[in-house]
Amino acid sequence: MNIWIAIAVTAVGCYAVKLLGLLVPVGVLEKPLVKKMAALLPVALLAALTAQQTFAEGQELILDAKAAGLLAAAVAFVLRAPFLLIIGAAVIVTAGVRAIGG
Amino acid sequence: MTPAAAKADSAVVRDALGVGFAVGLSGFAFGVTSASNGLSLLQTCALSLLVFTGASQFALVGALAGGGNPLTAAAGAFFLGVRNAFYGLRLSQLLQLPRWVRPFAAQWVIDETTAVTLAQPTRRARRIGFVVTGLTLYVLWNLTTLLGAVGAEAIGDTDAWGLDAAGPATFLALLAPMLRTATERAVAALAVVLGLGLLPVLPNGVPVLVAALAAPLVLFVQGRRKDDVPGGSASRNSQEGTDR
Repeated sequence: MNIWIAIAVTAVGCYAVKLLGLLVPVGVLEKPLVKKMAALLPVALLAALTAQQTFAEGQELILDAKAAGLLAAAVAFVLRAPFLLIIGAAVIVTAGVRAIGG
Repeated sequence: MTPAAAKADSAVVRDALGVGFAVGLSGFAFGVTSASNGLSLLQTCALSLLVFTGASQFALVGALAGGGNPLTAAAGAFFLGVRNAFYGLRLSQLLQLPRWVRPFAAQWVIDETTAVTLAQPTRRARRIGFVVTGLTLYVLWNLTTLLGAVGAEAIGDTDAWGLDAAGPATFLALLAPMLRTATERAVAALAVVLGLGLLPVLPNGVPVLVAALAAPLVLFVQGRRKDDVPGGSASRNSQEGTDR
């Protein structure tokens, strides 16, 4: 039940902000500080989420094969690999390191 | 229609299909991640159909797997979705949609449709780009979500296949192109420190929300520095120019 509540709240919230952008008159959200915050908020959230989902299990900090996978994804990005290949590199390297026993 | 216009249309469609296919396929990673984090097939598909913004979906299933409070989990996903409001703002100027169409177009206002639409030269091309990218992505993202969720159940131990790395890799792939200037890098670094440092001491899902404060903190420090240094604003602007 908890999961359905979370899904419903996320769905309504995410749809509402999408629609809001299309409906508000031009200029209301176009203030420099608001625009900067809007650009930086996803940077902060994505960085924190990347770190947590790589280096944490529940509330414990860990170091496992996923770290090698993320490193591979970073290398793929630097080499300008397309989106899917970046994710593919992380998955394959993580699986490989685990297979070797890392 | 002139031949030149017809050619332009097909070029726009090709661009849009390329993006739609490439990113649409990554719904597979979401389906697998969601299912292996304990969400049912129905819940996984409901997320892709109703939320339809990848980062928020990954964030939500990650937070729920950690056993977090549903509202805390939803808050993190919601804040990630806020950027779509600003995409919508740009798109409503560029697409000039009739008011009654907007509630239907809204669900497709995401990173990829915005990127394709912004790249087009005319209103007609932008509308084609938006619709083709949106439709391709929506159909594929939902199909591959279903396949991924079904596949995860068939695969069994998804960790052995390294599939638990798909979520964080997706975040990294979305984040990396955003790290253009020192400001973005400072925000990201501070967010990582806050997100990991607070993880052991705060309830599940809360550290991510606290890490979001990295954005206003860095802006605040920057604003103060700008005020302290005479002519700081001008030199900062020129630095931003070279960084991009």
